[in-house]
Amino acid sequence: MKAENLSGSQLNGIVFFRVLIGWHFMYEGVIKLFDSAWTSKGYLMAAEGPFSGIFNMLGSGNMVGLIDNINVFGMLIVGITLIFGIWERVGTIFGIVLLLMFYLSRPPFPGLSETGTEGSYWFVNKNLIEAAGLWILYQIPTGAYFGIRRLQNQNS
Amino acid sequence: MEEEKQDNGNWSRRDMIKGLAGIPVAGSLVWAGASKSSKGKDQRNAILEKLNINASPPPTSGSMAGDPVRIGIIGFGIRGPQLCRAIGFGTTSWLASMEEAAKKNKNDRRLKTFLEQEDLNLQITAVCDLFEVRAQDAVDSFSTDQLKVKSYKYHEELLADSDVDAVIIATPDHWHAPIAMEALRAGKHVYVEKPMTHNIAETYELVETVKSTGKVLQVGHQHRQTQSFLTAQDIITKNILGHVSLITANTNRNSDNGAWQYNIHEKANQQTIDWERFIGNAPMVDFNKEHFFRWRKWWAYGSGLSGDLMSHDYDRINCVLKMGIPDSVTASGGIYTHRDGRNVPDVMQVNMDFPNFTTGTSQEPGKEKGMTMVYSATLGNQFSRGTSLMGHDATMELGNSLSIYPDARSTRFADMLKAGDIDANIPLYQYDPATNGLDGVTSATAKYFADKGLLYTYRNGRRVDSTHLHLREWLSCIRNGGTPSCDIVAGFEEAITSHMGGISYKLGRRVDWDSEKGEIKPIEGYDLDEVLLADQERVA
Repeated sequence: MKAENLSGSQLNGIVFFRVLIGWHFMYEGVIKLFDSAWTSKGYLMAAEGPFSGIFNMLGSGNMVGLIDNINVFGMLIVGITLIFGIWERVGTIFGIVLLLMFYLSRPPFPGLSETGTEGSYWFVNKNLIEAAGLWILYQIPTGAYFGIRRLQNQNS
Repeated sequence: MEEEKQDNGNWSRRDMIKGLAGIPVAGSLVWAGASKSSKGKDQRNAILEKLNINASPPPTSGSMAGDPVRIGIIGFGIRGPQLCRAIGFGTTSWLASMEEAAKKNKNDRRLKTFLEQEDLNLQITAVCDLFEVRAQDAVDSFSTDQLKVKSYKYHEELLADSDVDAVIIATPDHWHAPIAMEALRAGKHVYVEKPMTHNIAETYELVETVKSTGKVLQVGHQHRQTQSFLTAQDIITKNILGHVSLITANTNRNSDNGAWQYNIHEKANQQTIDWERFIGNAPMVDFNKEHFFRWRKWWAYGSGLSGDLMSHDYDRINCVLKMGIPDSVTASGGIYTHRDGRNVPDVMQVNMDFPNFTTGTSQEPGKEKGMTMVYSATLGNQFSRGTSLMGHDATMELGNSLSIYPDARSTRFADMLKAGDIDANIPLYQYDPATNGLDGVTSATAKYFADKGLLYTYRNGRRVDSTHLHLREWLSCIRNGGTPSCDIVAGFEEAITSHMGGISYKLGRRVDWDSEKGEIKPIEGYDLDEVLLADQERVA
């Protein structure tokens, strides 16, 4: 599906959706960027489920600093690309990878602890849904309609 | 849509709006996020500045350079091998089991902590245990090609060995003081497990012996090295809690191991155990494996909840507040779960009253004196209850980590509470040296000890066995001079307070301390040591 084939209101809906997800990522990234005490270590060490070993390993080694940076700047990249409407496909891929990492580190699988989650989930949680949302945005880039890419297109 | 497709190369006003609308959105988010972070940071800094708590670790005890200190181990049952590990010597079987445990659970860092321990430049030259299988285990595990560990049947032989400079005593309680005194007189330095003594009379004798010999004695209250307890001392010095009127400390265990039902070794028999020597000054009874391996269950060899576990809690608070021996002690309880022939209680409450003690105040004069410490214990439930120091201005929860909650009616924090800068339900200050790591602690009893800050602590973010630091401090005093943190003065206070708890329980009445005379007030009709040592649950 291409943006050109959509009606104005359909396009507006997708743009709104894009900005909301961008907003979510960007604010989270900014908070972490300005909080000098923030680190992903606790989150990684508290990982659960079949992949917890990998996350624990990442959390206990010297790579935590690098992982912190990937998180913060990854979130900012997703936020900026989606809000500004430019290089959205790069942003959505980044976002999907980050969200799947969050999903796998504490997957809502039966039998695992639900400590720290604010709802009830069975295989599907908000991380997975937001990743699916990004997949839609990957398929239908709208920066040419609402975003900086619109200006690029006009200039070319 | 048509407008977007125009191809004139110029941007219309609508192009500009739709193309650049993201800029104010992103700008707002950066502004909102940055101001939230800096507001939080400012508030946090203001509170920390006001509290001015120093959470930095203490300097390491002195240098370990010089000739190796030669250590003799007296008692190699359960605690003995643990103390040996704290000075760098793990038995062959322990090392194998830890390798296996680390393979199974990556969070199990016991082996790693052990291997990363500093080399304390010492040798284990001799060992003495009444059960020959255990003594042999030490010899087999610790001997090297250059140095064969000598095994002695009796501690007198070990103390006569000129290859021993210092001894670690981890025997049943009724042997602590007799061996410690003989060792000091033989010119050896002493590390003795808690409680320091088993009765009142020998407590005074041991004090005299330490004074007259000038040797270094450290009592095994290793939590004195725990980072959070040192931070707690700073908090008290700065009067952040205000007038502390009540302290609660607890023991909750619900396992056989926690109730001292230890394994009885398959090779234990009258040929492998020196029974007469085990009995020592206790009343003679027929050979009984249970008494030998589970001695903590009888007053004749152990000290019950008051000496065995309350002694830890009392000293944990005494090292922070330095409140000394209570003016009076009342205890109650009973044997409610483990009716297995033991005569020490499995539920016990000990109230220790300090009517003249003060931690300072933020209120008008007249409201600053008096404190009770309540020790409450059960061996029939393991719901974790923390240690709380409850002051007029704040409550401190103290374990391996530390939290301070402001009191809603605090005088000191009234302005901050009113302004909404702090909240009585949210900690004002938290200190957790392990924030960045989760630790695997295996058994419930181990978890109980770890939560109390009795198993390990942290130095510069690295997990360290607190017993290792405690023994290191003792070794440093031997090498470089100085006074260990749990010296004979602290040991005297811990032993007397524990004994007052035991006597109060057995007599079912209040026991008072005469601070002028420096003795427990006599109770007509009773010899207090006879009461304490009587091999029965109650005397009165």
